[in-house]
Amino acid sequence: MSDISAKGAPIGTPTKVTQGSQTKGGIGESTLRPDGTLKVTGEFAYSSDMWHEDMLWGQILRSTVAHAEIVSIDTVEALKTPGVYAVMTYDDLPTDVKNYGLEIQDTPVLAHGKVRHHGEPVAIVAADHPETARRAAAKIKVEYRELPVITDELSATAPDAILIHEGRDDHHIGHVPHPNIVHRQPIIRGDVAAARERADFIVEGEYTFGMQDQAFLGPESGLAVPAEDGGVDLYIATQWLHSDLRQIAPVLGLPEDKVRMTLSGVGGAFGGREDLSMQIHACLLALRTGKPVKIVYNRFESFFGHVHRHPAKLYYEHGATKDGKLTHLKARIVLDGGAYASASPAVVGNASSLGAGPYVIDDVDIEAIALYTNNPPCGAMRGFGAVQACFAYEAQMDKLADKVGMDRVAFRQLNAMEQGTIMPTGQPVDSPAPVAELLRRVKAMPMPPEQQWLAAGEAADVRQLPGGLSNTTHGEGVVRGVGYAVGIKNVGFSEGFDDYSTAKVRMEVVGGEAVATVHTAMAEVGQGGVTVHAQIARTELGVTQVTINPADTQVGSAGSTSASRQTYVTGGAVKNSCELVREKVLEMGRRKLGTYHPAWATAELLLEGGKVVTDGGEVLADLADVLEGEAVEIEAEWRHRPTEAFDLRTGQGFGHVQYTFAAHRAVVEVDTELGLVKVIELACAQDVGKALNPLSVIGQIQGGTTQGLGVAVMEEIIVDPKTAKVRNPSFTDYLIPTILDTPTIPVDVLELADEHAPYGLRGIGEAPTLSSTPAVLAAIRNATGLELNRTPVRPEHLTGT
Amino acid sequence: MRVNFTVNGRRQEADDVWEGESLLYVLRERMGLPGSKNACEQGECGSCTVRLDGIPVCSCLVAAGQVEGREVVTVEGLADYAKQRAEHGSCGTGACGTSVDEAKGWQAKPLDSQTGEGTQLAPIQQAFIDAGAVQCGFCTPGLLVAADEMLEHNPTPSDADIREALSGNLCRCTGYEKIMDAVRLAAARQGEAV
Repeated sequence: MSDISAKGAPIGTPTKVTQGSQTKGGIGESTLRPDGTLKVTGEFAYSSDMWHEDMLWGQILRSTVAHAEIVSIDTVEALKTPGVYAVMTYDDLPTDVKNYGLEIQDTPVLAHGKVRHHGEPVAIVAADHPETARRAAAKIKVEYRELPVITDELSATAPDAILIHEGRDDHHIGHVPHPNIVHRQPIIRGDVAAARERADFIVEGEYTFGMQDQAFLGPESGLAVPAEDGGVDLYIATQWLHSDLRQIAPVLGLPEDKVRMTLSGVGGAFGGREDLSMQIHACLLALRTGKPVKIVYNRFESFFGHVHRHPAKLYYEHGATKDGKLTHLKARIVLDGGAYASASPAVVGNASSLGAGPYVIDDVDIEAIALYTNNPPCGAMRGFGAVQACFAYEAQMDKLADKVGMDRVAFRQLNAMEQGTIMPTGQPVDSPAPVAELLRRVKAMPMPPEQQWLAAGEAADVRQLPGGLSNTTHGEGVVRGVGYAVGIKNVGFSEGFDDYSTAKVRMEVVGGEAVATVHTAMAEVGQGGVTVHAQIARTELGVTQVTINPADTQVGSAGSTSASRQTYVTGGAVKNSCELVREKVLEMGRRKLGTYHPAWATAELLLEGGKVVTDGGEVLADLADVLEGEAVEIEAEWRHRPTEAFDLRTGQGFGHVQYTFAAHRAVVEVDTELGLVKVIELACAQDVGKALNPLSVIGQIQGGTTQGLGVAVMEEIIVDPKTAKVRNPSFTDYLIPTILDTPTIPVDVLELADEHAPYGLRGIGEAPTLSSTPAVLAAIRNATGLELNRTPVRPEHLTGT
Repeated sequence: MRVNFTVNGRRQEADDVWEGESLLYVLRERMGLPGSKNACEQGECGSCTVRLDGIPVCSCLVAAGQVEGREVVTVEGLADYAKQRAEHGSCGTGACGTSVDEAKGWQAKPLDSQTGEGTQLAPIQQAFIDAGAVQCGFCTPGLLVAADEMLEHNPTPSDADIREALSGNLCRCTGYEKIMDAVRLAAARQGEAV
């Protein structure tokens, strides 16, 4: 019996949501979010809204330098502060497990002897008021002895380079050329040297991709409540409850069943909640003080509290024959993983295996590596690995098309992959890959009108111009440009990972009506997974009313809300469990009522409209009469077909379960005198396999497109190359697109079924983030004639000042 | 210090308020009204937008002491506020509250679900749901307050007007297209209702 059930649950404890439907409400319909009303009334409880009687506030003290030995930590003054209940450092950790990590456990819960990046957690404080906790943390005296900083490939792999992590024993150390390289993946296919001989044209390019932040609006937060059994109840915003649990429990010295986790409202994620943030810290303080502890990051801390998108250097060489056929690709992709591994190995796997883009290239030599440096740790963000590569190969495609003398879209279409194409990994693409068609569709969309700033009359409407209300131009010096790009992303966890999900589905009669309950541990982070689960249950079980239980660790793992995978994998698990429930219900029906109608034994039976019907539409029984007082409940795991690891020398292997494609056309207007860019329109065509909820699909595509726009023209975490300190950790200095920066985003959705996937669906969330950025860059190049090999583009890159 | 003010038509009193506390903190941590969100605490994101004597403000930038004797409307009070406005014209100050007649007529209505389908919403709230403008929802309360205020004084906004009015509210999920749709939808429904 936990403490909270004795005292009553904290305010903001997630509750189940039940949703009916006026229509069938099944898959393919744009049913509305079951949590929509709670979210528009302000009642939906996010993790930062949790409240518990007698709760304390936790605060983390973070390093002010990037790389240093810790000489001493003095907590005396902090502990003496009235209202402070606990101050903890590395020495207070309760067990021998003092590190955590998604794949490599290289991240200290609290710094031990050394800090490796700016903003690393050093100590934690619990106090009765958040301001007291902040002031007490500021009183902790940490003496640092600074070390030289490693900030790029050159400094990381120099012969005398300090090792970021000494004594590495992870499974990648055996195949990396230097201990400051986390992971290396070559992809080698065909004979690049021979193919290069056949090339009439060769283009080379060196590209730089800046560090992007997920910038989800709901900061990291959660509430840990100590329980009477010595365990802890944690209410948390995360992307994967069970992954958190696996990392948290050993540090606390608790068995996993004593760390009970419930998903609180999540204010966006985009990869930034794949790693732990304040989870362990809140639990440690709660167990130490015996009181509930809430931690909420502010925006400043949030910029330090989660990993970012890997900045990258990409070196590309492509060749083509004079009739426009690609001959070969040589590429080297250097990703900066920062101080801790996080998801770097998987990012390397994606960047290398998808580094050729959605094109047919038989002769390929790609190498991708991720570095350990003293820069901020980088890991998962929407489209990881594939995003950086797409920026480079799409710039190359434009350059090469120009050299060959072909239209840029036609050149891409000529080389576009299709179903049956062999990837550079040797894996055949075994479902639709309509790359040329997506380009055709996006190009065929009507162009936005010219000079829209004059649409309203004689005087220029500056809101329609670069610079906007700053009133910097009335059209003078403004040039329009158009650019295209297309990309390829994998769906789901790859490279042999056992990527499964679990769903518990229950069917029973309530008030004379058959209803369903769906319980998974899927993290709803805003994407609308809960909407889709209700739709799947209605489709498979023929009910109207579906209850979605809060996600928690009382049910098996759902895997991560990442990699465009949840509708595929947890959607697949819900579908599978519903099918198992349906089989049981039909068995009950046959047993109870089978003698009344021969169709019970002979026909294919479905559940529709609360009834058992034959595939011919004949009603056999009401579900209420079949179930009577009984409930049918199934919890089952479901997994997609297995993948395999890439060969460590050649990169060959059936590494990905599914691919997903999107194409963009960007139309921009550039004030060439001031270097200001206004994106006028960002059109997208994407194949989604099957749109389970078209409204949500379009929302995902538009949202992903906008994040790609952000990194094209404004978003970058600036890290000082001399100190490795973050210079812009705020929304004043790190800009994300506002509604004024974001153009109309017309979307053309193509639905070509993947026979391997539930309902033929394709994971969709990430693909639009890939091609959006290079399309905008291409459009700016088109407007200005500049080469622009780095993103984001800043005014000084356009004016040369 | 003690601060007396009106929130969503009800008189409220906050005791032991620190000098540095924001209106946002008082609303969230003292009044039990966490609908206004804290996402940047420096007036950049608009997630904490409330109306102060009718004017939309970032409540994170308003010192709690500044609201003494004034009237605040938060997302939690938006439905009532919009209802009052529809029935009595603009209530201007946000001090509408519930009339005695209405209170007499009140009766418990069975809710058909916990998703709030029985809840009465402001038109802008319903439009956000219907248009798919809500994803993670963290920006939603601030956007609703800002959009509702714009529609109050500009019932037929152009797209450029909507973008200008909502330019202080960041959203990271939607790419704003569905938010534009929602505001257009609310404006159109408002036009039909007249």
